[in-house]
Amino acid sequence: MAGTELSIAITGAGGAGVISVGELLLQAWAKEGGRGLLRKAFGPQIRGGESAALLKLTETERYTAASQYDVLLAFDWNNFTRFGDEIRIARDALVICEPACDPPPEVLAAQPRLLRFPMARLAADTHAEGRVNMFALGLLGRLLGLPLDSLEQLTLQKLKAKPEAYRHAAIACISAGTTQAPDCELSLPKMGAKGAWYMSGNQAAGLGALEAGVRFVAAYPITPASDVLEWMAGGLEKLNGNLVQAEDELAAINMTIGAAFGGVPSFTATSGPGLALMTESIGLAVASETPVTILNVMRGGPSTGIPTKSEQSDLNIALHGLHGDAPHLVLAPLDIADCVFTSGWAVNLAQGLQTAAIVLSDQFIGQSTAVISEPLRCESQVAGAQDNDNDYLRYRLTDSGVSTLAIPGDADQRFTADGLEHNEKGTPSARDDDHQLQLAKRARKLTTYNYGNAWARVQGNGQVALVCFGSASAAVNEAADLLARQGINVRTVSLRLLAPLQREQLTAALEACNTVFVVEQNHGGQLFQYLRGMMDFNQALHSYSRAGPVPLSGHAIATAVAQEVTV
Amino acid sequence: MNLIAKAKPKDYKSSVKPIWCPGCGHFSVLNALTKAFAALGIDKDDTVLVSGIGCSSRLPAYVDSYGFHGVHGRGLAIAQGLKVARPDLTVIALGGDGDGFSIGGNHFIHACRRNVNITYIAMDNEVYGMTKGQASPTTAADWDHSKLTPHGPGVRPFKPAALALASGAPWIARGYSGNPNQLARLIAEAVEHPGFSFVHVLSQCITFCPEQTDWKAVVSEREAPALTDADAAASLFLHENGFQTGVLYNAARNAWPPEQVERQSTDITEGFRL
Repeated sequence: MAGTELSIAITGAGGAGVISVGELLLQAWAKEGGRGLLRKAFGPQIRGGESAALLKLTETERYTAASQYDVLLAFDWNNFTRFGDEIRIARDALVICEPACDPPPEVLAAQPRLLRFPMARLAADTHAEGRVNMFALGLLGRLLGLPLDSLEQLTLQKLKAKPEAYRHAAIACISAGTTQAPDCELSLPKMGAKGAWYMSGNQAAGLGALEAGVRFVAAYPITPASDVLEWMAGGLEKLNGNLVQAEDELAAINMTIGAAFGGVPSFTATSGPGLALMTESIGLAVASETPVTILNVMRGGPSTGIPTKSEQSDLNIALHGLHGDAPHLVLAPLDIADCVFTSGWAVNLAQGLQTAAIVLSDQFIGQSTAVISEPLRCESQVAGAQDNDNDYLRYRLTDSGVSTLAIPGDADQRFTADGLEHNEKGTPSARDDDHQLQLAKRARKLTTYNYGNAWARVQGNGQVALVCFGSASAAVNEAADLLARQGINVRTVSLRLLAPLQREQLTAALEACNTVFVVEQNHGGQLFQYLRGMMDFNQALHSYSRAGPVPLSGHAIATAVAQEVTV
Repeated sequence: MNLIAKAKPKDYKSSVKPIWCPGCGHFSVLNALTKAFAALGIDKDDTVLVSGIGCSSRLPAYVDSYGFHGVHGRGLAIAQGLKVARPDLTVIALGGDGDGFSIGGNHFIHACRRNVNITYIAMDNEVYGMTKGQASPTTAADWDHSKLTPHGPGVRPFKPAALALASGAPWIARGYSGNPNQLARLIAEAVEHPGFSFVHVLSQCITFCPEQTDWKAVVSEREAPALTDADAAASLFLHENGFQTGVLYNAARNAWPPEQVERQSTDITEGFRL
């Protein structure tokens, strides 16, 4: 069971500092041994649009987006209402707002405990440069029982580049917020965890890649993947690697391929539209057997879609977007901490199997920040090919399908890598036998490799199975808990390796199940269709697919499953 | 290192037979390139030729160095990624006018701007040869030999040297397939230039543009030394006939990226531990 959870929404105008409040609260909470998630929600505007810090304080590290909020602090109501369904207020929620404006009807309908508090005036009274967000930080910190000195210390650290007067004003407002906070009873989750890390999924994916040896990144900015690249720029400097800001995604993927050809593990990150531009050259990486890893932080699509919000709708392009027969790897991290593992695993696999790996993260886990235990690392490495033959053949037909990869500078192993079909030597060839043999070789190296147990996370043993991939895992496991309370025993299979699909393992994981639900956050049921096309199922097969931007809800999944199963 | 004592140009050729038509200008470029390599004593193991797609982009397979034959238009991106990751290598990108100035046009201008220490040899025959004779960005507006544009492309051709200058290229030369000895000297100088060096080669397509055999009458070697002043070079590139050969522009500019400073901290996890 997940234990007690407390969800807090802080909303205001973009640039008003609501995200800072969320970050500082969560950090202070973590320092006391608490666990929690900070989801950031934005409108499309950079400044002046709506912005929300959506906190969920928990007792475990299974982080789903809150489906409703126990506490709402709204700096104004205009920005709050722009979020529509995304922020729903729990019955009896504590709602803190300025006295001047009345809450909208949907808030009043929840019959909240309304706390009209003149935060802006009190902040201004406290200090000439006082900011209301810092006052709110003190107020909320007090409600959560967080020590004032911890809040102050974290704030000073965050504002270390700001002028002295600015920092002084911030501290004064936090202190005023703490002392003037009214007494309110909140049911708080238990604390007591130790050794916390605090990171976003995008940072985690970058970390996993660098720890797996990536020393070259080519970058083209795109929401919501830019912050992976920004974090990696700093990380690569420390490791004496290189990051190039490319002129477009076409250049980014090709620079990545070029660096990888030079023997330097290479990586790029993008989102849907960028992935679409890269697909031709990802095929080049496959054909030329050049190892590259592409992190795709999914957002609402198609086209420009909803760039700031999450969706799992790039599965189809990741699986099937390359022209020709182009077998490659597709992986998906299951949560924020798992971004470290899966990103590292993808790099190791791409390097070892000499192909392209696409990692499907998304805006939800990418841009949310969580308190986690030290993340698990991927230790497995693919053994290199042994080529003892004197006559070096870059694309030698081996049993494993993997050939020895020479890099420029290696003596007497010169070859030309090619996207043209080629023979074992690498010489372009349009011959039938060369084509058949090289196609089979490139397929074989992926299908014969033993991926071990990391292909999925399998939990529970019920006769009803929920199958999902990537970030849907948390909501699916939440649904499993809710169903268990109703007496429906469920097992969950969260796929981390999507291509090549581990059919035998998946069939074994579903043994003795009579019903399978495929759960995903997109409109078309992309995973459902993929699994149906790839496998025979003995079970009744159902699709639960709901597009973004509202995060998948364990409650909604559980309701749908219960309806089907109890009929 | 695998230095070849007194290597001859033919030692740099691979055993793969070119697919080019008899009389193609690209044979001369291949000869000039291997001649330049011999003159420089280039180490085959430390040299990479990178190309896109097109007749000229087939060249890497014909040279006994490392090579990468990529996708259409992206050779410069591959070459820059490689050079940034492996500054110890000699990296030469090459391709045709369609590959470099049309589909790869964005990479061309940004490569000029970025100034990574590579050489780019654009083999310009004013036509898409491999797809059988369509107009390219350097084709004359009234060239009406293609069924795709039966009345001629009707738009002004690019001036590659002017484009390179405007985009920030620090070193610009022009050669001619009919003068492989001069071209070999230009390529050798380009490879030694410590930054992005652009060699625009007039390389005739005998099959689709037989009229290009007339180039030999108009091509001239520019006798003046390379211009170092961008205003003077702009004036030259906008007003010349496009047939002057030699090193046309050579301005001192630091290549990118600058040398790295060794870092104090190598702990990339420190920011994540609370």
